[in-house]
Amino acid sequence: MALALTTAAIVLVALLWVLALPHLWHSLLPKLKLVPSRLLASSRVQLGASPAPLADLDPGRELRAEQRARALLRSCINEEEWAMYSELGFLRIWGALPERPAGARRDLIRLRRRARAPRAPRIEELVATPYAYLIYPNRPILAYVPHTGVVLGEYCIEFPDHTRPYGSSRLPDADDVLAKWVALTTEERALIEQANMHLPGRQIGLEDARRDILRLSCWERERLQSKGRTVPRAGSVPAR
Amino acid sequence: MKLLRVKPGHGDVVLAEGDVTVPEQQAQLLQAFRRELEAGMWAAVPTSADTGRREAELVRSFEDVPADAERVIFFPRAAGGER
Repeated sequence: MALALTTAAIVLVALLWVLALPHLWHSLLPKLKLVPSRLLASSRVQLGASPAPLADLDPGRELRAEQRARALLRSCINEEEWAMYSELGFLRIWGALPERPAGARRDLIRLRRRARAPRAPRIEELVATPYAYLIYPNRPILAYVPHTGVVLGEYCIEFPDHTRPYGSSRLPDADDVLAKWVALTTEERALIEQANMHLPGRQIGLEDARRDILRLSCWERERLQSKGRTVPRAGSVPAR
Repeated sequence: MKLLRVKPGHGDVVLAEGDVTVPEQQAQLLQAFRRELEAGMWAAVPTSADTGRREAELVRSFEDVPADAERVIFFPRAAGGER
């Protein structure tokens, strides 16, 4: 009788584990920055949440590739930027174009209308406010105004490797971030013109974007307090 | 100098490595460099400014690569993403 009950309990635990595993995977692993988004995407494929299958996926190989990519990224960007990426999961680059990226004028007009100051700021004044980009791995680049937290737009850009060594043209996450960092800091205008621009919220939810902007400002404040010095503009290599 | 290429499923791969002051090695580096550009890759050279800040520069020919550059990183050209 005891043996039968024990066996039944073991079987029950095993069944519950199998049922719970996909949910644990999705709820816990995204919080670990070391897990490439491609792996998470592939697990969604297994769950039927995404229609895009990935051929020849080897999680071990992807993890090794991601580790190499992170080492390369770390060796190329500044310490401040690396800390930002490794702790927050994205990188901030300041924009350097004399005019804002396309599509921003509408947001500026809206901002001006909403302004509660006795004299609403003029468009020219708002244009002078610095803007920045958030670089996410294998997701669109987000343009926003740090001063107000207003999200200006999404710029979808990819670096597809058509040789597809393992069936996918997508670079490891950190390599994708490195490619965007290089392209934005050297040829911002060309990159932005090449990207497909979308209104805010298309792929990166507005709430997520605002949360990340808030996380970034909290992160900078904490670093400022802990180091007791002026924080240089993180992501401080300006786009050119 | 090392020529590296980032690849899906690999991370960075060493394409060629050598001393640019040695003619034979420079020829190998040049050959590998041209092959990547012809394959449509972008070439970036990580640099450090005088202040110590790290930057990068895109180069379009082997002659543009600074003589003291340690690495040239090749990555696929940018293309507009999901519509």
